[in-house]
Amino acid sequence: MTAQLRRVAGLLFALFAAVFVNLNYLQVLRAEDLSNDQRNSRVIIREYEIERGALLAGAGPQVAPVAFSEETPGPLRYLRRYPDGPLYAHVTGFYSVVYGRSGLEQAFNPYLVGSAPETFARNLGDLLSGRQRQGDDVATTVRPQVQQAARDALGARRGAVVALDPRDGALLALWSSPSYDPNPLASHARDTVVADWERTEADPAKPRLNRALRQLYPPGSTFKIVTAAAALEAGTGPAHTFPDPPALDLPLTTATISNFGGGTCNGGRPITLAKALAVSCNTTFAQLGLQLGAERLVRQAEAFGLNHEWEFQLPLEPSRIPADLDAPSTAQSAIGQRDVRVTPLQMAMIAGAVGNNGVLMTPRLVNQVTDPAGRTIVTYGPQPLLLPGQTNAQALSPQNAGILRELMVGVVEAGSGRNAAIPGVRVAGKTGTAQTGSGRAPTVWFVGFAPADDPRVAVAVVIEEGGDVGSEATGGRLAAPVARAVMQAALAEAPR
Amino acid sequence: MNVSAPRVAAAATPADTRRRSNIELGLLVLAILTILCAYALIGLARTATLPPGMAAYGGALAALAVAAHLVSRRLAPGADPLPLPLAFLLNGLGLVMVNRIDYALIARGQESSLAPAQTVWTVVAVGAFCATLVAVPDHRDLDRYRYLIGVGALALLALPSVPGIGATINGAQLWIRVAGFTIQPGELAKLGLVAFFASYLADKQQLLSAATSRLGPLMVPPARAFGPVIAIWGVSLALLVLQKDLGLSLLVFGLFVLMLYVATGRPAYVAGGAVLFGVGAWFAYSAFSHVRLRVAIWLDPWADYQDEGFQLAQSLFALGTGGLAGVGLGQGRPDFIPAVATDFIFSAFGEEAGLLGTTGLLLCYFLLVGRGLTISMRCRDGFGTLLAAGLTILFGLQVFIIVAGVTRLLPLTGLTLPLVSYGGSSLLANYVLVALLLRVSAAKRPPGATP
Repeated sequence: MTAQLRRVAGLLFALFAAVFVNLNYLQVLRAEDLSNDQRNSRVIIREYEIERGALLAGAGPQVAPVAFSEETPGPLRYLRRYPDGPLYAHVTGFYSVVYGRSGLEQAFNPYLVGSAPETFARNLGDLLSGRQRQGDDVATTVRPQVQQAARDALGARRGAVVALDPRDGALLALWSSPSYDPNPLASHARDTVVADWERTEADPAKPRLNRALRQLYPPGSTFKIVTAAAALEAGTGPAHTFPDPPALDLPLTTATISNFGGGTCNGGRPITLAKALAVSCNTTFAQLGLQLGAERLVRQAEAFGLNHEWEFQLPLEPSRIPADLDAPSTAQSAIGQRDVRVTPLQMAMIAGAVGNNGVLMTPRLVNQVTDPAGRTIVTYGPQPLLLPGQTNAQALSPQNAGILRELMVGVVEAGSGRNAAIPGVRVAGKTGTAQTGSGRAPTVWFVGFAPADDPRVAVAVVIEEGGDVGSEATGGRLAAPVARAVMQAALAEAPR
Repeated sequence: MNVSAPRVAAAATPADTRRRSNIELGLLVLAILTILCAYALIGLARTATLPPGMAAYGGALAALAVAAHLVSRRLAPGADPLPLPLAFLLNGLGLVMVNRIDYALIARGQESSLAPAQTVWTVVAVGAFCATLVAVPDHRDLDRYRYLIGVGALALLALPSVPGIGATINGAQLWIRVAGFTIQPGELAKLGLVAFFASYLADKQQLLSAATSRLGPLMVPPARAFGPVIAIWGVSLALLVLQKDLGLSLLVFGLFVLMLYVATGRPAYVAGGAVLFGVGAWFAYSAFSHVRLRVAIWLDPWADYQDEGFQLAQSLFALGTGGLAGVGLGQGRPDFIPAVATDFIFSAFGEEAGLLGTTGLLLCYFLLVGRGLTISMRCRDGFGTLLAAGLTILFGLQVFIIVAGVTRLLPLTGLTLPLVSYGGSSLLANYVLVALLLRVSAAKRPPGATP
């Protein structure tokens, strides 16, 4: 029977070898996929064993956590808490066992769990000495007073507010309305998480959409800042005059461009560029667009950051203007209609660049990461935004920025933006009221900065679908007061 | 080939016998040290200190090992020195893992005290090992009780189907409840079947080996000779129908066909067995929804990941997360896999000890299988050869079927991982299996022995 036994031994060997080969397949070849599979909760559970770093807002003595972890007795050791509920949801994002992470929770996760490459040496030391690994704290530039002012001023209306410091690009407020409470999503009870997710998912107001960074809007007349900048750069002065027809025929088409309210802007008399911006004269800027041509207009928009994908600390939708515009499209784009689409962040940056002597700063939401002992691990300092193909961050010359600033002051002092005026402070701004289709209430805007001569805050406010007044809405009526409240809150803070 | 011609056996010298016994003792010490290392690692991972009962635990293991060793030294002198230490190592590692699974389940707020029960069963199982060596002074004694053993095995198999004492757990009706204990009589029945098959086949070897006709390339025995194959096939199908136990059914049938082949050397039996297996599989697939479900999960565990495929998916995640070196003993999440202490304990090792750990386990099993077949080949009587071969095939096939199941090489069929899984009946039966292997290997080799 020895021969048969040898064959049986061979068979059993083959069976064991098959198992061994399969184990190599699973534990070596597929190991990476299997261990990182999103359905494999082991990875996330191990992450919950770490005391995740806090997300901080405020400066100096007012620094307060807007997201922190607290120990629980449950199987998942740390619970993520957001003490201010919806206020910072679009800054922090959420941290969920079921749906993963978003916002800064996602973007700065390596730091928050204390495993970033910068902390490798420390982690090695912790491992060797058996110390529990701890996450690092991420400090944001958001100022609670400014953030609260944005929330309170916008109220229940859908829209977004971005406030930044034009000198260094630090975001002071990042508010998207409606917001959501990240606490239920961070719950360890699966049912709570799923129920909340499905509720917010079904909400037509899309509370989890970060409108400030991810929603593209037609900029309307706020885009005239870009057109004016292009004109100044092309040598057209503020006193240059244009004809003032009630409507402008667009070449190659039967379409016309008319002014808000349907009349002329200056009683039919020649109108200066300065006046045209102050009263937001469509016919003037459409003419200006035709004179400048598509290339200059697009180049100026791109110098402000449109059509580029630059690095930001959170996911950002790039703002855009079509590069191949025919004449009528150029005229329409020059007044912010047609296919120009921008995010609120982009508009705040444009206003900021005008206020900052033409220099576009890289926007920052996080300025540093510190370890639990308070030592700085990494800082994100002020940086001019160098766009691809450009040698500097000068979106327009300092001289032209100064001229444009005065034109924008005119908008607030004597034009469509009076509602943004702050007593005792020179405010520069521009209103916008973008038609989004027949029968739909307009998207309204205000962008600006203050104090005009040495700005500490630049702001962009957008309100969707006419806010609470429907088709009566204009940027001056609805958005300018919101911008004023936000700028006041920012200016009330001690100068940095 | 048969063994009717006695070979000249070199009589083992007393020095030889002593040397073998000392090897066994040394290997047992190594096994205990390995088990204690694993136990300490898990304690360190849990509380950063050595587990408090370490010395007592080590002492208890040593006492059990010494008891088993002394019995085998006295009652099975000259036996193969490897099987007992290998069994002891696998048993001890299983205990450590079951203990670790207790911690994991308690940490999640569940009650779990599998380890104390398994410890008691270990003592009982080592006792059964000793008792087997005492009660069976010569393996040929079993040959004499062929029909008693055969009927007893069938009765044990049928027991769970008897209303009143049978208990259904996880959909399979394999257990009986006796005085508060649940016992799986099938585990012992498997050993009885091996002894019965060995005895029957040794007896009918000549008859079954005679090939009278030709079918293609195969010399085929007369149709009548296939009767026993068909009978066992019927028994295994009955197991499937009555107790919904895919694993045991497959195991019994595979065991018999391979033993028949060893006894007769006729591939025709293997071919016939394969055909019958195909028919049975087709029947099971079309008749039973739980079999179809097993196959569907095997083909795509991700399709119904949250529900039916969950267990297998978790097992694959555990293996993948473990990777090459594992996440470390005591640092994985065995509690994520349902039935981790029984069917899926191999995956728990895969996560915490990685490919290195699973390969180590496979090597232990493979060594045991290798020793078993060597014992079989060295045995000088037909019954002993077939008994050792059958026990080894049973053991090896069971390891293969369950490990292939949890690694998605084959559809999952619920079986325990011998010696490692939680479960007293299985542990006890496998210790008896090892005792019987030692008994065969220690057999005196009478020069005139005939089968």
